Formats: sequence, C-alpha cells, structure tokens
Amino acid sequence: MLAKFSLRDLLAGGIFVLAGAYFALEALNYDVGTPFRMGPGFMPLFLGAVLAALGIGVAGAGWQKPDREKPLPPSWRGIALIIGVVIFFGATIRGLGFVPVVFVAAFASAMASRLNSPLFAALLAVGLTVLCTAIFVIGLGMTVPWFGPWLGQ
Amino acid sequence: MDIIGFLGLGFSVALDPINILYCFIGVLLGTLVGVLPGIGPTATIAMLLPITFSLSPAAALIMLAGIYYGAQYGGSTTAILINLPGESSSAVTAIDGYQMAKQGRAGHALATAALGSFFAGTVGTLLLAFFAPPLARAALNFGAPEYFALIVLGLLVSIALAHGSILKALAMIVLGLLLGMVGQDIYTGTPRFTFGVRELYSGLNFVSVAVGIFGVAEILRNLENEKGRDVMVKSVSNLWLGKEEFKRIIAPVIRGTALGSVLGILPGGGHILASFASYSAEKRLSKNPAEFGHGAIEGVAGPESANNAAAQTSFIPLMTLGIPAHPVMALMVGAFILQGITPGPNVINDQPALFWGIIASMWIGNLLLVMLNLPLIGLWVKMLSIPYRALFPAIVLFACIGCYSINQNIFDVFAIGFFGILGYVLIRLGCEPAPLLLGFVLGPLLEEHLRRAMIISRGDPMIFLERPISATLLGLALLAVLIAILPSIRRKRKEVFVEED
Repeated sequence: MLAKFSLRDLLAGGIFVLAGAYFALEALNYDVGTPFRMGPGFMPLFLGAVLAALGIGVAGAGWQKPDREKPLPPSWRGIALIIGVVIFFGATIRGLGFVPVVFVAAFASAMASRLNSPLFAALLAVGLTVLCTAIFVIGLGMTVPWFGPWLGQ
Repeated sequence: MDIIGFLGLGFSVALDPINILYCFIGVLLGTLVGVLPGIGPTATIAMLLPITFSLSPAAALIMLAGIYYGAQYGGSTTAILINLPGESSSAVTAIDGYQMAKQGRAGHALATAALGSFFAGTVGTLLLAFFAPPLARAALNFGAPEYFALIVLGLLVSIALAHGSILKALAMIVLGLLLGMVGQDIYTGTPRFTFGVRELYSGLNFVSVAVGIFGVAEILRNLENEKGRDVMVKSVSNLWLGKEEFKRIIAPVIRGTALGSVLGILPGGGHILASFASYSAEKRLSKNPAEFGHGAIEGVAGPESANNAAAQTSFIPLMTLGIPAHPVMALMVGAFILQGITPGPNVINDQPALFWGIIASMWIGNLLLVMLNLPLIGLWVKMLSIPYRALFPAIVLFACIGCYSINQNIFDVFAIGFFGILGYVLIRLGCEPAPLLLGFVLGPLLEEHLRRAMIISRGDPMIFLERPISATLLGLALLAVLIAILPSIRRKRKEVFVEED
C-alpha cells in the first residue's frame, strides 16, 4: 500500500502536517479571541489547521505516483561539516575570538567537499581568515575580539 | 515638481561620487554572483544586508539594487560560455547562446545580451519612473482591507508562477506565514512560539532564514554531486555586431522588453517567466524557427531583454506599495526597515531624494554594466575558472559573520543551521523555497492588516467584499489560483519550466 505513494510527497506532507499541528496546538495556549478582536492565537490556530490540511493534500496527491527516479544520496559528510561549522561558529565566537574561529570554520567547511585536500583547505582557510578579518573587523569595525577570553587574552 | 524636476533631484543624488561608488560596487558584485554558478543574488543580498547597516539609506539601497540587476547581466555570460545558467532566468539564454559560442560566435552572443539588457533596463527604469508616482498616490487611499487583499493576491500569484506542485507551494507559503508569527504579538505583546527563549521575542531574524534556505541549503545540494566544469571558450573576440545582426535583434529586443516589463510586475519570479515567454514568442514569429536551438541570435536577444526589463519593473510593487514581488524584493524590504524606513506609498513623498535617487542610479548602473561586461569580458571568463569547492567555504563564513554582526546574537547564527537543514530537506522533497520566504516576510503584515480590518468592520468578514478595491484584488487572487489549477495551463506550465530543472 505504501509503495503506491510517492515517498517524497508523503514525507513533505508529513512535515507540513507536523508543523501545522505544532503551531495550531501551541496557539491554543494563547488567547484566541473573537473575529472582532482577534487574540494572538487566532491567526496561528487558523493557519496551522490550514497547513495540516494542505499537508494531507500533498501526501494524498502522491497516491499512485511512486517516485520514478532515485534522488542522489545526500552528502552526509557535507551536511555534518557545514551545519557543524555553523553551530561551532555560534558557540565559540564570543569565547575564542574572531581569528581562531574563522580559521577553524573555513578549514572545516572546505573539507566538506570531497575534492578538497587538507593542504588546499588549510591554504584556503588562511586566505579567508585574512580576507574576513580585513573586511569585517578592520574595514567595518565589527566589535569582536581578535582572540577571545578563552585563550587567556 | 514635475517628473523632469524629480529626475533631476534623483540624478543629483545618484551622481554623488559616494553613491556612484556604491552603485559600482553593487553592479560589480552582482555581475560576479551572476557569473559564478551556485551563488544567487538572494543569498548575496542577504549576506550583505548587515554590512549596509552602516551606510546611508541611499547608498545602501543603490548598492543592493545594483547587485540584483547586475546578477541578471552576469548570469547570461555563464549561460553563453559554459551552458550553465548562473541565474535561473538565464536558462533560456543558454539554449541558443551556448550554440552560438560553440560556432565561435560567443562575442556576438555576449554583445547581443549586453545591448539587449541595456536597452531593456533603460526602458524598464523609465516605466518605473512614470508609473510609480500615480500608483503610490492611489495606494495612499488604501486601508487595512485593501492591504490585506493585496498581500493575499501577491502570495497567491506567486504560486501560479512557481514551478512544481501547487499544493506544495501553498503549503510553503503557509509555513512561511507561521514562521513569520514567531515572536511577540504586535497588539498584546504575548510571546508566541518562542520556547521561552528571550532572543526569539523579536522574531526570527529574516537574514538567517534567507541565508539558511537560499545559501546553506543550496551548498548542501551542490555537495551531493560535485564535478568540475569546463570553460570551452578561453578568449572572446569579435564583440562588434555587424549591420545584418543589428537588424535581426532590434525587433526581438523591443518585444522582449515589452513582455518583460509587463510580467515583471507580477509577483513570484516574473523575470523567469518573461524570458521563457519571450523565447517562445520569438520562435513562433521567426521566419526560420528551425534555427532556434542551433544558435539563433533572436533567441538570445529576446529573453535577455525580457528578464532585464522584468528585473527593473519588479521594483514597482515594492516602491509604491511596499509589497515585495519575489524573495530578492523581500530582502529589499528588510534593507529599508534596517534603515528605519517603512517601504510603501509614503516613501515617494517623505523621502523624494531617496526614491528618485534609487531610480536614477539604475540608469547609471545599467551604463556601468555595459562598460563592465563588454570590455572586461576576459576578466569574467577567468573568474569562471574559480572552482566551486573554493567558493562555498567563503559563503558559509560570510553568512555566519554577517548574521552575527547584525545584533551580536549567537541565536541568529544557530538559526542559519536550522533553516539550512529545513530548506535542504524541503528542496529535496520537491518544495520550492521562494514562497516560504515570501510568506515569512509578509506574515506579520498580513496578520496586522487582517486584525485591523476586522476591528474596523466589528468582526464582519464581508468588509473585504464590500469595498470595491479589496473585492477586485481578492477576485484576481482567486482567478490566479483557478488558472494555475486548470489542466491545460498546468500542462503549459510544465512545458515552460521543464528546461529549468
């Protein structure tokens, strides 16, 4: 039975149903109000219900239309490194300071590509660190320490 | 003051050396991101928004506008030389442009694209100058119901023009609207969907959302399938068009400009539709349709003019109504707000120097683009040899640094990661990200105007149908959805968008 559905549509629909349900249920905690004086919960409750209904529609539209082509496999290494870099940047920018964070982030994100060798990534990281420091810290006067308090500065 | 006087005022702003400099930086960056596949104007403008914070409003908006129309120029270079459109609207240019390049006529194709774009950009800007003031005057009479209807129209037309499933596009809009509601309620101050996190009280940062779903998600997508690309044409010569070719491109350029100007006003990527529409029109009108697909110069001239005219006229709804027609214009709204200006019909009266300055700068920008693109074409060809694997780490870094520098808020940085993953998953599942961003930007406006309208009418929803303007706008919105659902149009849409995938 499940094989008759388009998996992509089923998953997309599922995401919409879940998101819609979350917003609608959470909106019930706020004052919904009346159509005359709508409370903070009115629009999210209504739109959440609409989104859930659309999600069911999206999943249903994939009925008897199984996916013909197999999508390319995701690059797990790329996802882990790129998202990891974003989280690392947010978590350490205040503690480690601009220069070390940008260098590590540039190196790690360059390694997300299978075509980049560690040497190339390191060279790229040096170049990008110099460039970003020049543009953002020196040029635009961004208020961030070059080396942060965690490094004993 | 009449229009000549206003334009004089505009040029006095636009010809200020500082503003010329930022206009130049804008079109230069725009050409660069247009030439380099994998970086679009949406992600670039999102990343540069924080930087513009320190500039004057005129300089900031002149530069951002330059990036947008500059990217339309640059995209054609990549399309012609390596058959890889740097911008989705250049996809059509690649069909005949690349064939011309293969036959050794790359110079002619590039010159046609540049001249057509220049003509179309100039005409589009002129239309903007003529039509914006009366439209803005009309919009001053708009009340909450009219604005609500207008936003609904904008959102629904954008799905009619998007490709792929209509249901998915609708769902993406609603998801965007809901995400736009995160933060404190405008009337009561109640924090909504914040998980108790203080940083979310002011709402999700839309730079994070834009950079996440247009920048990071795109990188994750490109990392799936890495391959080098070949630049076939190492040097370009013979940029001058002969008399014969000149004659052949005049009519397509004019027709393309007309089509593009009209379609550009429509929400949701009118410039993409315009280039496709122009191509099929030229093919149908040609005495020699068999030549299309094998290097017809008309197939470059028409679509290139169409997408550039559309790029200019898509500023009309933004400058007169404050309603963005597509994601890049949504970011421009953000740029206005960052400068403390609410975009809408009041800008033209309250800030005439800014308004006319932006318009005048578009002429200067278009002129700079021709000078940048034709004589310096060799430089851009060299740029094409920069591999993507060296570019994307820079995008990731600029995104993080840019978002952090707006409010020194690390939460904005984490949001990039969240929206990167969300955008990547949704794109893989066949959902277009553009409607989501449009919904996100328009969500708070939609809610505000709806609630205000309902207070005016004491809770009676008939107010939207009783007021003629809002009833007309809502009728048009319904029509747009009906047209999109009709089977014959659906088939056409598939045809039109098939080459893009």
